[in-house]
Amino acid sequence: MIKREHTGNVIVAVLLGVCALLPYFVLSAAWTGFAINILIFSLLALAWNITGGFGGMMSFGHAVLFGSSAYATAMLQLHLGLNAWLAGAVALAVGALVGGFIGALSFRYGLRGSYFALVTLAFAEVFRVLASSFTVTGGGQGLSLPLGRELANLQFASRLDNYTFVLILVLIALAITIAVRRSRFGAYLIAIRENEEAAKALGINTFRVKVLAMTLSGAMAGTAGVAYLQTFLFVDSQIGFGTVMSFEALLGPIIGGAGTVLGPILGSLVLHTLGEVARESIGGAPGLNLVFYGVVLLIILRFLPDGLMGIFKPRSRAQAKPEGK
Amino acid sequence: MLRVQGLTKRFGGVVAVDNASLDVAEGRIVALIGPNGAGKTTLFTMVSGFQKPDTGTVTYQNQDITGMAPHAICQMGVTRTFQIVQPFAGLSVRENIAIGSHLHHPKRADALAEAAVVAESLGMKAMLDRPAQDLTVAGRKRLELARALATRPKLLLLDEVMAGLIPSEVLEIIPMIRKIRDSGVTILLIEHVMQAVMSLSEEAYVLAQGKMIAHGTPQQLVADPTVIEAYLGHGAAERLKAEHANA
Repeated sequence: MIKREHTGNVIVAVLLGVCALLPYFVLSAAWTGFAINILIFSLLALAWNITGGFGGMMSFGHAVLFGSSAYATAMLQLHLGLNAWLAGAVALAVGALVGGFIGALSFRYGLRGSYFALVTLAFAEVFRVLASSFTVTGGGQGLSLPLGRELANLQFASRLDNYTFVLILVLIALAITIAVRRSRFGAYLIAIRENEEAAKALGINTFRVKVLAMTLSGAMAGTAGVAYLQTFLFVDSQIGFGTVMSFEALLGPIIGGAGTVLGPILGSLVLHTLGEVARESIGGAPGLNLVFYGVVLLIILRFLPDGLMGIFKPRSRAQAKPEGK
Repeated sequence: MLRVQGLTKRFGGVVAVDNASLDVAEGRIVALIGPNGAGKTTLFTMVSGFQKPDTGTVTYQNQDITGMAPHAICQMGVTRTFQIVQPFAGLSVRENIAIGSHLHHPKRADALAEAAVVAESLGMKAMLDRPAQDLTVAGRKRLELARALATRPKLLLLDEVMAGLIPSEVLEIIPMIRKIRDSGVTILLIEHVMQAVMSLSEEAYVLAQGKMIAHGTPQQLVADPTVIEAYLGHGAAERLKAEHANA
């Protein structure tokens, strides 16, 4: 049983490894840009996976963490003239703080399930409106970094260097995910997802574990925000805090397999590759890719409720014959 | 070891637990019995910190633990089980128990190893790698017990671990509970299976309609007219006595 899961992990790891090397050997510059996109969304997906996948806290507003960090690093560089590396590091802390704050506030009042989802969505919307209202955040126009393609500015001379940078970030996020999966902290998160009352009875401070998870997830989503800004040198309220970004964060893990290590990356890769292929072949209307995402999501949820990684998961008797729950 | 004094809990107009007190001495198996809806589980939820009492105090090892959070109470050595079993359904039996043993083992490997030891002591070795949701009722009840034991409690609160079991399964679990006590764990248990109460506990409290109505050895209690009336209704003790006299 366990062997089959292991085989699945190896197959997917090899597949993802090969895909990660493609830009170095095969792909054109345009496709490398596309690959950078996928990596940034993978980072965001891995961040969501910590709270949503392991901990079962369904956030519909992970953009708030992504956007806060993107805005933080942009503002620190533009208004205070901070070095990009330093600004990026501070921005991660901002993402972590925002995550911890939203978590502490929601869990203090015992919000779970759809209530938690709505609160996170509301936070993202409030931040979106605020970001588009003040001059310090660039109002409706957003913030643009001045071009300075040097490593000292955390900007890259070539697309491939940029790709390498984001790839390293993804590998670090992956290492963190594996570490969480193998730790007591990860086991506690999964216990909370499965049954929070039982977790409390066994001595787990569920509030603390959940807030910690939100903090870690905030820092990871913040990394995606910083990577986005340093790649595109631009952020506005729609990109930073829009619902599209929030959905990007949760679609990858749900399609790939929430609560698995490789699922979020696999999901992001499959989703965007299919989306891009569809767009190239159909051409056409903006937003069509979102329609396409919806269709993919429906098909996955119908046939693979555990996501793509679920293919390798042994089915227990109870799952094959679902009980009313 | 555990002292409950004047505990009261109201839900709206209903007084679920009404000025109830009890004492559990170290090393004993004490039973809490009473008809359905008497407030036994509510009393447990207050002792274990899941609900705050309106009035009254809970003292454990001379420390006031009234209103403390459940996890803090568990960390002090008081672990409860649930009447309606609460497994981590998607996890294997081994992983379920390991969540409990993590309390004293920060490392994953240590916790998993300890889980196997606990499982073996309860005769669950063969089920270790099965998903918890595939277990039978008896298996799930035993898993509740195993998970609680893995936290290494000093005081174990067992909420009907024998309900829903067939007699042969009850006979299997009784010596296990006795063995747990002999290893130095004090036990307070809620139980409807009188066979278990009679053979396990030296001492029992009877709760009826939220009030503690009797306390004594199980043998004393089954002959106590107040207890019989609480279970069978007003006048039942008289009628039983009359029937005995006629027979």
